[in-house]
Amino acid sequence: MTDSRPVLTMTGISKSFPGVRALHNVDFRLFPGEVHALMGENGAGKSTLIKVLTGVYGIDDGIITLGGEQVAFSGPMQAAAAGVSTVYQEVNLCPNLSVAENIFIGREPRRFGAVRWGEVRRRARQLLARLDLDIDVTAPVASYSLAVQQMIAIARAIDVQARVLILDEPTSSLDAGEVEQLFRIMRQLRDEGIAILFVTHFLDQVYGIADRITVLRNGTLVGEHPTAELPQLALVEKMIGKELDVLERIEEHPRRELAALEGGTPFVEVSDLSRKGAVAPFSLTIHAGEVVGLAGLLGSGRTEVARLLFGADRADRGQVAVGGKPTGLRTPVQAIDRGIGFCSENRRAEGIIADLSVRENMILAMQAARGWLRPIPRRRQDELVDKYIKALSIRPANPDVPVRNLSGGNQQKVLLARWLITEPRLLILDEPTRGIDIGAKAEIQKLVVQLSDGGMAVLFISAELEEVLRLSHKIAVMRDRELVAQLTNDDAVDADRVMQTIASGSQREEANQ
Amino acid sequence: MTMNSLTTVPTWARLPRRHVPVLATLALLLVMYGIGVSQYRAFSNIQVIFNVFIDNGFLLVVAVGMTFVILTGGIDLSVGSVVAMTAMVSAWLLQSGLPALLVLVIALLIGPTLGFLMGCAIHFFEIQPFIVTLAGMFFARGMCTFISGASIPITDGFWTTMSQYRIGDPRGNFVSVSVLVAFAVAAVAAYVLAYTRLGRNVYAIGGNPQSALLMGLPVGRTRIAVYTISGLCSAIGGILLSFYTLSGAPLIAVGMELDVIAAVVIGGTVLTGGSGYVFGTVLGVLVLGVIQTLITFDGSLNSWWTKIVIGGLLFAFILLQRLIGIRYK
Repeated sequence: MTDSRPVLTMTGISKSFPGVRALHNVDFRLFPGEVHALMGENGAGKSTLIKVLTGVYGIDDGIITLGGEQVAFSGPMQAAAAGVSTVYQEVNLCPNLSVAENIFIGREPRRFGAVRWGEVRRRARQLLARLDLDIDVTAPVASYSLAVQQMIAIARAIDVQARVLILDEPTSSLDAGEVEQLFRIMRQLRDEGIAILFVTHFLDQVYGIADRITVLRNGTLVGEHPTAELPQLALVEKMIGKELDVLERIEEHPRRELAALEGGTPFVEVSDLSRKGAVAPFSLTIHAGEVVGLAGLLGSGRTEVARLLFGADRADRGQVAVGGKPTGLRTPVQAIDRGIGFCSENRRAEGIIADLSVRENMILAMQAARGWLRPIPRRRQDELVDKYIKALSIRPANPDVPVRNLSGGNQQKVLLARWLITEPRLLILDEPTRGIDIGAKAEIQKLVVQLSDGGMAVLFISAELEEVLRLSHKIAVMRDRELVAQLTNDDAVDADRVMQTIASGSQREEANQ
Repeated sequence: MTMNSLTTVPTWARLPRRHVPVLATLALLLVMYGIGVSQYRAFSNIQVIFNVFIDNGFLLVVAVGMTFVILTGGIDLSVGSVVAMTAMVSAWLLQSGLPALLVLVIALLIGPTLGFLMGCAIHFFEIQPFIVTLAGMFFARGMCTFISGASIPITDGFWTTMSQYRIGDPRGNFVSVSVLVAFAVAAVAAYVLAYTRLGRNVYAIGGNPQSALLMGLPVGRTRIAVYTISGLCSAIGGILLSFYTLSGAPLIAVGMELDVIAAVVIGGTVLTGGSGYVFGTVLGVLVLGVIQTLITFDGSLNSWWTKIVIGGLLFAFILLQRLIGIRYK
């Protein structure tokens, strides 16, 4: 396939947003009749590259050519008209309209201004037959599964004589069977000569379908490789990058032996908990004073595990026992009652309330646990807030400033304080150190060690392996929404070993079971 | 796995679902009519039905405009006031001696202009339709009293002809001009919604505005269009009302927007948008009219019973929409 000339080239693409260099001198090529995976962690620049290509953003520097001619699209519509169609992660169809109409709306065949419904249906059937999809085109899209909707969106995309089809995380909410369906169609379109740009977090899928892989990291091009020449481990390394650990070393803290911790009754025992489309059934035990690290690539299901444990999402099946008693964690309030706290990874949207003061943000969870009819006396509030501002050295040390004025690291500490005030027995920290400066990172890591010494159980979720390795007694590895291994964090475990597990996952290690 | 197994709902169960609300309204209408006929002998007279149309022709026209707005997931609270303003302006201009045709044209332009401006405010400034049309409602009502604090009678020849002209059969049953106008408006609207891009875009926006935008549909233009259409329908409704009452009164049609919304919802259009038919709206208006007629026939019941029954029905129909899960969001 590489003997032909590329249908699409992007050369020296740079794009900056205020304060962020999203893309820097990135090259990208796409050949007709190939499936090309674009890989990279969140924030690596994948979405920006697609948006730059389809004209959602302009470029600061660089050249895009389509079929040999230089192009600069004004938006997705113009791009689609030129043959570059995009199918987004969330299916963008109108659920109330019929399948046929969703495929053709905006370009329906008409006669004297009137839509020719017969013709619309006939052409829709034709198009879907080309995708080998036998469904009732008059039924509303809402009556079909997400997978089928995804394919309907593809049908809409390829109707406009697409030369390039961009699939932005199309598989994130599909199950294995549905993914296979999608792949079949992708292969077929590839064989018809369409160039497919495929973005996904799932490594298996990349190796299942992609011909070539381009890896981005921090807005720069890491490399373009034929899939066959890039083993999974090498790919993961390229995506994560082996950056030198500049963190201030936490002094070698004599970690208590896991065996000692496991002598007691486990605080949380999870067995076969799952939620369709989010996490495959997993079992996990967390003891008091234990730090369990949850490693895995972004999108591997780490946050989903946390949300299930906190009752933010409901499990389809499986049991959870807290303190030896079976409980159904259905709502966050129940989880808080049982002594579980959750610091969300999405600090801005799900954690901090920017307009409220530091004090108000801190007492929120405690107030919620008490019920709104029993306000916390002001003196008690002051006591608590002062204590944690000191303990976490939050700056500025003023409880009455709006949280929006604090730096990211300090916001994170306020969020931590919110949960520490409730004195949880299990604290779930989802990416607590992401996006904060190194000093604050080290402080938060120290705090985790202190908390665990004090007997609190911590579920520590982080994309940074070094961090997970440093803090955890036990490391649970997620891969493709499945808990694939639990490693006791002893001398035998290092970053390479964890990376290997993330990459291959096939050798299920039950080291501590 | 065969492709057919991906179908989540069997064909026989899927098709009628969109039509369930309309069919329910139709059944309700037939039951109410049946009650009327069995209770009161005179009810079976065909003129009773014609009178329902005559009395509610203007309501139907306005409800058709509202159907467009609600299908996009919006709301237009200004319709009652625009109806009143149109009637008021017509009466005032006729009183000042302008020719009837010119008055008609001016009166028919005011409503859509206001609707267009409200649509622009909603689209360009991303303000809630509720607030924008509430402002429009106060503005139009204020204009009514600005023109005159008292009712202005209409004596113009064209208007009185239109008011009194009867289209009937030899047995003496008849309908008024406004009924024909109302049916024409409903027919055109039904065609536009079913067969034109504008109409289909209306449904698409109601289904999912974000998707509609990403599919490249002219969301802004369509939004502005539906409020303009609603304004035009209100203006036509205002003219029909002035045919009916032969006057312009500042406090006429107060609260009419709520009757209109009730009629549209009872007619099976989903308040969150994306699902509904003009035919349903016609049925919804008829249900309202038949309730009024039943209560008039009874004679002993307070007319406020109309409101109580409409309230109950509205609640029942919204519950029905929820139960059959026709809301997509």
